Amino acid sequence: MAAITLIEAVNAAMAYELEHDQDVVLFGEDVGKNGGVFRATDGLQKKYGKDRVIDTPLAESMIAGLAVGMAAQGMKPIAEMQFMGFIFPAVDQIFCHAARMRHRTRGRITQPLVIRAPFGGGIHAPEHHSESTEALFSHIPGLKVVIPSNPSRAYGLMLAAIRDPDPVIFLEPKRVYRIVKHEVEDNGEEYPLEACFVDREGSDITLISWGAMMHETLQAAEKLAAEGIDAEVIDVATVSPIDMDTILESVEKTGRACIIQEAPKSGSVGSEIAAEIAEKAVLSLLAPIGRVSGYDTVMPYYRLEKQYMPNVDRILDEVRTIMEYK
Amino acid sequence: MTTTTVASFEIKYHQYLDASGKPAKDLPKFAKDMNTMRELYRDMYKLRVFDAKAYALQRTGKMGTYPASLGQEAIGIGYGDVMTKEDVLIPYYRSTGGLLKHGVTMEEILRYWGGDEEGANYSVAKEDFPICVPIANQIIHASGVAKAIQMRKQKRAVVTEIGEGGTSEGDFYEGVNVAGIWNLGAVFFINNNQWAISVPTDIQTACETYAQKAIAAGVEGIQVDGNDIIAVREVANYALEKARSGGGPTVIEAITYRLCDHTTADDASRYDDPKVKEEAWKNEPLVRLRKYLEDNKAWSDEDEEKMKEEVAKEVEAAVKAYEEAPMPGPEEMFDYLYAELPELTKPQREAAIKRGAK
Ligand SMILES: Cc1ncc(C[n+]2csc(CCOP(=O)(O)OP(=O)(O)O)c2C)c(N)n1
Repeated sequence: MAAITLIEAVNAAMAYELEHDQDVVLFGEDVGKNGGVFRATDGLQKKYGKDRVIDTPLAESMIAGLAVGMAAQGMKPIAEMQFMGFIFPAVDQIFCHAARMRHRTRGRITQPLVIRAPFGGGIHAPEHHSESTEALFSHIPGLKVVIPSNPSRAYGLMLAAIRDPDPVIFLEPKRVYRIVKHEVEDNGEEYPLEACFVDREGSDITLISWGAMMHETLQAAEKLAAEGIDAEVIDVATVSPIDMDTILESVEKTGRACIIQEAPKSGSVGSEIAAEIAEKAVLSLLAPIGRVSGYDTVMPYYRLEKQYMPNVDRILDEVRTIMEYK
Repeated sequence: MTTTTVASFEIKYHQYLDASGKPAKDLPKFAKDMNTMRELYRDMYKLRVFDAKAYALQRTGKMGTYPASLGQEAIGIGYGDVMTKEDVLIPYYRSTGGLLKHGVTMEEILRYWGGDEEGANYSVAKEDFPICVPIANQIIHASGVAKAIQMRKQKRAVVTEIGEGGTSEGDFYEGVNVAGIWNLGAVFFINNNQWAISVPTDIQTACETYAQKAIAAGVEGIQVDGNDIIAVREVANYALEKARSGGGPTVIEAITYRLCDHTTADDASRYDDPKVKEEAWKNEPLVRLRKYLEDNKAWSDEDEEKMKEEVAKEVEAAVKAYEEAPMPGPEEMFDYLYAELPELTKPQREAAIKRGAK
């Protein structure tokens, strides 16, 4: 296959599963004829028909609740939330039912469903279109929360999400939907969920991030290398449940950790990772754990968006501070 | 200005047996079969005894909160009686009658309210949902299940139940709306027992009927005397047949009265008018059916005594099984959370088991 973007990879993975598994069904607002407002489902209705790629009425709780009902019958629904900022009406169904159906029926009824949503800021979108609230979902036992950072991961992780026997919240960093292309083999090979990816090996500090911020994080690592700081870079990818083993192993090696996220700082995925490092690897640390994050504010309208979003400079500043501890 | 009527609607009310047990119109065939009617009477009576027992267990600290169906027995028993094994029930917390009729055991229901997830692991009604506690979510689940059934071209119906208060929630409309658009084989029963805890219907809606809420979704809405088991069973049978044969969804408002507290945690005397309740007792479904059976020489005092004895035994046996059921171990908090427990959570499981053993 030619080089494709992250959103094309999402599309390709869904197409692959629609092709190979008759139980897979895709639905949401505008996903059919229009192919989704970001075109994630482009061409899929044409190829797989209106029965498998379904335009629904505009009601997010209903979209999630339908997924619950269909999954209970052993189908594999992929439901699209148009933007993560509009997932809140569906949270009731996701938290109260999708997340706990297996648990409350002792495994009698399961929820092999995927809820997809484009998320995150940086695209000058209107209000409620830039939220990064992955921590909300990470807090709920029974859910998996997966965030791909690049096209090949989007393909492999989406396949894994659809095939996973439990509910997966699949958050697509829309800022990087189209900024890089990867050669992706459309061979149906999945990547493991619940596994971090080590994107750069290094010995001085561990940089931990996910989603769109991986791009700034990797750029920062290159700049740090020029300054003689050898950073290891980890893409968390599944932010719940987190593969802490990979993170702890790295921090034990480097002795320093910096977490980079776009979401607000308090009560976040970054908070959880920092707490785990503090609990389990504090004696390996040579310096306090650093965090570069969005502020504990509402995501601002786009004139201030740049001020809100962590950037390469902010990462460099934080890392340099951490490196001052000898 | 000239105006024309572009659409008009009506809601039909169905009653077969009036409050005195007399036929209000020609009865459907099944109602003339006294064996069927005796069984329905017995089922409603059993539910009443089961509820009373559950109440007693709660009062003596042997069970958690429980919502009874006193006065509303004809609803669940009525639709449950026309469900086949292949149909799916998506219950709410007051659907005990439907669950029992669909094969969920008394022991399982007691275990659920007694705080053990094993109670939702139904041994017979394998595809029925666990009881839905958040109001109205289940309406959408019914549409989801019905959509799966439709996609697989199966001839099965989905039945769900909700209180009249629950119809104020957005999920009620969202679920019925999509069922209408997609012509899903779902039957939505509204148990209009006049109360949502303490809130009466005039605070709940400005609608004349709850059945008409279906009309905004393009779905057939029917009203039925919810204390008349013949009427409930008849409209349920109509709606289920329609659902199974591709005829689409139906909303059925069953009008009844909650003769009990909302749950064991409630005290209805704080808001319910005793005079109104006294009147409501004259309408309740069991007395009515017993009169009908007696008028048809199909029921005697001896029958009543015999039934009471048998049902008492049956319920006692279920209570005994419930009381003797093993306590769940702490590992059961973890073992059904995901298909495979996350690495990060495994140490918590071990710790809980260790602590539990102490
Ligand atoms: C979303 C939600 N809000 C509030 C409650 C608390 N609650 C439990 S039952 C109930 C009243 C429901 O009344 P109705 O729908 O008429 O059903 P009934 O109990 O009378 O059968 C309320 C408010 C709840 N369970 N779920």
